[in-house]
Amino acid sequence: MLKQRPFLIETLTAIGLIVAPFILPHLGFAPNTVNRILVWGLFGLGFDILFGFTGLLSFGQSAFYGTGGFVAAYLLTRAGFGSVLGALVIGMIAAAATGYLIGLIALRRTGIYFAMITVAIAEVFYFVEFNPLSDFTGGENGLPGVPTPSFNLGFTTLHFTNGWSLYQFIALCYFIGVVIALRIVRSPVGAIFSAIRDNPLRATAVGHNIHGYKLTAFVIAAAYAGFAGGLLGVLQAFMPPDAFTFDTSGQLVMQTAIGGRATLFGPLVGAAVWLFLQDFLQAAMGLGAAWKLVLGVVFVLLVCFLRGGIVGGLVDLYRWLAGKRAAAEQAPSDQPVTANGPVSLAAHSPPASVPTRAARTSASGPILQATGLTKRYGGLVANSDIDFTVNHGELRGIIGPNGAGKSTFFKMLTCEIAPTSGRITFDGRDITGLGVTHVCQLGLTKSYQVNQLFAGLTVRQNLVIAALAQLRGKFRLDLFRSINSVKGLPEQVDRTLEMVNLTARADTPVSELAYGEKRRLEIGLALATSPSLLLLDEPLAGMSPRERVETVKLLRSIARDRTMIIIDHDMDSLFELVERVTVLQEGRVLLHGTPDEIRTSPAVQEAYLGGVHGEIAA
Amino acid sequence: MISWPNLVSQLFNGLALGALLALISSGLTIIYGTLGVLNLAHGAMFMIGGYAGYVAYQYTESFIAAVVAGSLFVMLLGVAMERLIIRHFYHRPHEDQLLVTFGLGICFVEIVRLIFSSQSQVVPPPPMLQGITNLGFMFYPTYRLAVVGIVAVALGALFLILYRTRLGMIVRAGIEDSVMVDSLGINVYRVFMVVFGIGAMAAGFAGIVNAPVVSLTPGVGDDILVETFVVVVIGGVGSFPGAILGGLIAGEIISVTSMFNPGYAYVMLFAAMTLVLVVRPHGLLGVQGRE
Repeated sequence: MLKQRPFLIETLTAIGLIVAPFILPHLGFAPNTVNRILVWGLFGLGFDILFGFTGLLSFGQSAFYGTGGFVAAYLLTRAGFGSVLGALVIGMIAAAATGYLIGLIALRRTGIYFAMITVAIAEVFYFVEFNPLSDFTGGENGLPGVPTPSFNLGFTTLHFTNGWSLYQFIALCYFIGVVIALRIVRSPVGAIFSAIRDNPLRATAVGHNIHGYKLTAFVIAAAYAGFAGGLLGVLQAFMPPDAFTFDTSGQLVMQTAIGGRATLFGPLVGAAVWLFLQDFLQAAMGLGAAWKLVLGVVFVLLVCFLRGGIVGGLVDLYRWLAGKRAAAEQAPSDQPVTANGPVSLAAHSPPASVPTRAARTSASGPILQATGLTKRYGGLVANSDIDFTVNHGELRGIIGPNGAGKSTFFKMLTCEIAPTSGRITFDGRDITGLGVTHVCQLGLTKSYQVNQLFAGLTVRQNLVIAALAQLRGKFRLDLFRSINSVKGLPEQVDRTLEMVNLTARADTPVSELAYGEKRRLEIGLALATSPSLLLLDEPLAGMSPRERVETVKLLRSIARDRTMIIIDHDMDSLFELVERVTVLQEGRVLLHGTPDEIRTSPAVQEAYLGGVHGEIAA
Repeated sequence: MISWPNLVSQLFNGLALGALLALISSGLTIIYGTLGVLNLAHGAMFMIGGYAGYVAYQYTESFIAAVVAGSLFVMLLGVAMERLIIRHFYHRPHEDQLLVTFGLGICFVEIVRLIFSSQSQVVPPPPMLQGITNLGFMFYPTYRLAVVGIVAVALGALFLILYRTRLGMIVRAGIEDSVMVDSLGINVYRVFMVVFGIGAMAAGFAGIVNAPVVSLTPGVGDDILVETFVVVVIGGVGSFPGAILGGLIAGEIISVTSMFNPGYAYVMLFAAMTLVLVVRPHGLLGVQGRE
């Protein structure tokens, strides 16, 4: 989101909603059209949180729109429920509860599976509405006679009947919807939503229970859909059965993509474009049924060429213009600048370290113990009967030729994959089969051989995601708390930035980082979770000799406060850094020893050079 | 209530529908398996197959010509779609692929609606397959019986292509690991194009073969697409045998439930899908790893 004065967006939204009735009629919008746009916009707020922010594309939102709508309409027409607002809220709760149950099923899978399952679910709801439940929903007739809201204030009664009068009520609902959505997006949960969108694997690995958060996003979207569905009935004085159709879901998806995903206002803009074009093409152009073809083509072109939709395009344009101006003026950023210019690592004083969970350096004895660790993939044995112990405060290196099973070994230690047999004990606790999220929460994590960053976020935001996992635990629903109020978060992020020497690049998007910087951020992500045991999978891979020297220094300073295990192929650097080395070969431990012992071991030379003696003799 | 002839007749209906679903789903699943793209326009391909065959039938009065024209037209459409649009989406997120194929599907449906209007069109079955066949214990529409045979032959042909040809071997290898196939020096993008054409053709063929059974409307592919999704989820994404098994299961569930109450057909279908997701999240014959 844009960084700005507090409540700027809220204020602008309020002003926009207040002036709309004075401006829009001159642009050819009927009040009823504006109201429909707002209902779609409200529907879309929740959907944008699900799709735009969390990256879950659902084609089944009509299920919740219809559920909320029919529950509210049924209460108001058949059950004699008096309060319109009360009925809308009950409809919303019903939709959210349905969303929870459906989410449990649909979120068992991700990606295209998720999309397919949501489509199937929406179809089922449509058929259920028409057949088994037609006594309650009126079947294909829908439910006529939905009343409009009125509020008795004692001295007077407020009626919101139709047109611009009803607009006041719907606009107020939309405004509250925007305020809530903005709070959610700016909360720690909102930050984790974007992390899930950008890299679910890493979000899991830094210690977030992403299934729980996805379900949260799904329920939020369902709640918004349910409330909007209820409003649709109020708006039309009739709850139409087509609220449940697949076309409704499709229209929502298309409007969101046209307006711009991950913008919150995209769905509103998309709905305005959609409904305006529909009227315009049908009436003014006399295109009749062909209007949908025109919209379809517009949609395909937008997806192909303007991924961010209309709002995204405008934001890009604004940034581009602002960037040009800033470049001309060298304007200072409104962010607090923590450091000016790149800091040379050589002259870098040891930064205040990120505290580990306990003063582990003073503890002694083993922190990690693996016994009989074996991993088989079918017939292939990746790791075989590995016994491995690391003591508190140790700095251990692991080497081995390609295919020795080093990365598999790390994956088992962090519980990314389960061993075929064997046990892992971390800090006196059996962690075998515990899962990567839980293990990270206990203080054991790793940096990846291939960078696993949150590519759409800035350096600081990346580290915030990782630090949040440690500060908030793996799942917490602080939806309405500002991310800035999380205790200790800025300190922890700043310290980590300093440790990996990225302070000057804190607000740079990951996509603009150089490779070496990305590599340091990769280590930073692991560090920001304050691990007491840190595994590093080839931290020096792909670095230039100069970068290697600096990174070795960096690793040495990190190692002061924690236990570390490092895999690398650069033996000169590694041997300079670590106290003891374990050599793996063909999935087995070949040797443990000090760097000197390893350097001179004939067995190790044999392993790396692959039977040189034999070949020379032949 | 339930009578034996009625049940058997519904089982036959289920077989016919199941075979058809199996064919359409195989097209969807091999495209997804190889290219990693879920084609939401697949239902529209099915529909266009019917309409292309209808046009050919208008000119030639020959059902065979209609089948050939329907299949070939949709294959060419698939190839064109892959060349012009889909190939630019291989490196974009799944959501974008879903959005663009969804949009294309709507465009196709609306174009057909523009040309042929929303009124339903009829393609009669070939003269020799009209009427009713006496199966000894019951009477059954001849063409529906024939559909089972025709689709079985088509599935057999697809099987031979996939499992007995060089191309099929590449496609199956591509489903396992398309990056590896590429690095073995096979032009994987050309294979993608061919696979997209074959997958689309499967839908188009099914569309024209099914046309005499139902009346042809621009929206005929929409419901089929949803059923196809359920089939693929049940059978396992990327699995050709899974598509056949899932298709038959889905076809029987829909038909048998319809005998009691058509309104519950989708509910039962969905219940079956849920059950599979809970017990075997990767589908009955799916392979772990593909997402």
